[in-house]
Amino acid sequence: MIEIGGLSKSYDGRAVVSDFTLSVPEGAFCVLLGPSGCGKSTTLRMINRLVPFDAGTIRVGGADVTQVAPETLRRRIGYTIQSTGLFSHWRVEDNIATVPRLLHWPVERVRARVDELLALLRLDPAAYRGKYPHQLSGGEQQRVGVARALAADPDLLLMDEPFAAVDPITRNALQGELKRIHQATGKTIVFVTHDIEEALRLATMIAIMERGRLVQVGSPLDIVERPASDFVRDFIGVQGIGLKLLSVRRVADRVRRGESAEGEAIRADATLADALAAMIARRAERLPVTDDGAVIGALALADLVK
Amino acid sequence: MSAAEIATPPRVGWAPPNQVLPCLMVVAVLAGLGTGFLTEAPNRLVSGAPVMLWSAASGLCSAAFAATSIGLFALSFAAPRRSLHCLAAAVAGAALAATLAAAGDAATKLAVSAPPAAAISLGTGFWLIVACVALALIDSLRRAEASAPVQLVVVVLAVACFWLMAKAGLFDALALAREYASRREAFAAAVLRHVELVAAAIVPALVIGVPLGLLALRKKRAEASIFAVLNLVQTVPSIGLFGLLIAPLSGLASAFPVLGALGVGGVGPTPAIIALVLYALLPVARSTLAGIGSVSPAAIDAARGVGMTKRQVFWQVEAPLALPVLLAGLRIVTVQAIGLAVVAALIGAGGLGAFVFDGLGQDATSLVLLGALPAIVLALAVDFLLRLASNGLRRSTR
Repeated sequence: MIEIGGLSKSYDGRAVVSDFTLSVPEGAFCVLLGPSGCGKSTTLRMINRLVPFDAGTIRVGGADVTQVAPETLRRRIGYTIQSTGLFSHWRVEDNIATVPRLLHWPVERVRARVDELLALLRLDPAAYRGKYPHQLSGGEQQRVGVARALAADPDLLLMDEPFAAVDPITRNALQGELKRIHQATGKTIVFVTHDIEEALRLATMIAIMERGRLVQVGSPLDIVERPASDFVRDFIGVQGIGLKLLSVRRVADRVRRGESAEGEAIRADATLADALAAMIARRAERLPVTDDGAVIGALALADLVK
Repeated sequence: MSAAEIATPPRVGWAPPNQVLPCLMVVAVLAGLGTGFLTEAPNRLVSGAPVMLWSAASGLCSAAFAATSIGLFALSFAAPRRSLHCLAAAVAGAALAATLAAAGDAATKLAVSAPPAAAISLGTGFWLIVACVALALIDSLRRAEASAPVQLVVVVLAVACFWLMAKAGLFDALALAREYASRREAFAAAVLRHVELVAAAIVPALVIGVPLGLLALRKKRAEASIFAVLNLVQTVPSIGLFGLLIAPLSGLASAFPVLGALGVGGVGPTPAIIALVLYALLPVARSTLAGIGSVSPAAIDAARGVGMTKRQVFWQVEAPLALPVLLAGLRIVTVQAIGLAVVAALIGAGGLGAFVFDGLGQDATSLVLLGALPAIVLALAVDFLLRLASNGLRRSTR
């Protein structure tokens, strides 16, 4: 979906991104991860040409991005930023409809699409369509921001620390929504964050950057198990990373459906860390799992390390 | 000490919850008792002798004034709530009407016994009382958190009340009304000319000033030089600027007779409009810079990121988000131009200033007021309407 080769960018002689090469396959959830100022946002913004690059090539869907007008390119790529960037003088409906209207979609099609997206982001269309951004909570604003990015059904979504400014509980919910939307739509997503747990939770591939350079690319498991350098090891904080992983995964992901176990049950929406704690406390290697009160299966100690 | 305790200063036991109203009423009553409500002079050119409120106005009018003042004074000691503020506003409105009626009534009575050439003018006491009562009305409306439509209704009621009194001939004995009656047509023409001068200056000031503000925003290097020049213009005294323009413009007109035929000349409206435009440029350019500069960078980044062209970013995002600030700037500029256009009468531009300078020349205060009062009313009206517009916008676009 995206082929980046030898990408470089410097401001006033200071290199911000150097010789960055990365290939993101279609349908991937690629997280650009690194500390502040490592060039990850700049890299993201070069993909839709918000930042011009000095050297290298970027291809999106096989086409060189410099061969199309920047506005045309951007209308085909969804874009979400940390502070939402919602237009405060427009209602939710108008905000979501921004790109479809730029593309001159017919009115009924725009309206239908807005309702569809509000429903996808779990906002009641009738209640939210006519609201102004300042009438929404931070989490709701970010949902509208994601809906706006998805409006014209782009194959590629660029997200620049979209959830960094919301509280942890809302962030957790939004991450869950985004993961669900990614799985449901199969869109390619490039997502910038400095939060290792967010990266581990969402990514199918992680690209770690250090001072403008790409230092490691791999699946979340690769990164945790085989850090390529001391920098990566320090950055992801390998001590306790196993527990970090357990604390972001849910019992529901590992449950053996249909099997049974003895003793007190654990809920399917509990984390694997909760399950481990329960096993240790009860000296049990298997726990029954319930969802909405009904037993749906069992979880074994071995399932935690799979 | 908690933050709340620091924020609200402790109230002295005997102090009323509303400390503004009683102060205003004390001043109004003292003004009524201690200063001349009207002045009476044997003719319009000599200064008159003060006439007190109670000695001139009928008992009914004096009693109405006293009752409303005491009423407002008493209301300020009651526990504050919205209905109370509305009541206070109504009483203040009644007090305003009573003051105007008292002035007209007293003038009519004085005129009966005075020689025909006598000039009966509004005195210090009248102006102080009107100012206090009007402030009490505004204060009460603010405390009642009156919405824009309510404010509009109050203004319309006040104007209608004044118009009815004037129509009934209540003010006919006052010198101000006599000056008006003898210049009825000139007055209408002067008001029209004044509005024309202001409009003819505001439109080009926007056409030039907004692009200058945008240029300053986009090119940081241009900003310093643009504002250096505009600030310099602003420091030239208005009479000086009007005078400075006489020589080059009359030169132009004699060199190119076509321009002269079009009305360009050293005196008249042309130099006045040019000077008004020059003065308006700084606030217009400043508020453009401030307005567009205040648009959140995130909104602009998002607008570009979703694929708007530069033109679309400006018209769909930057301009509408900056509009409340731009309107506030327009308000300042228009009010300023209405005031400056008065001075423009000095170089023969006409307008309400003509009465002011005629009055100054003849030492006739009522004639000065005939020019100054409508200019003030015009400025207040523009200020009020544009404030309503920008508040309305702010509410819907925040």
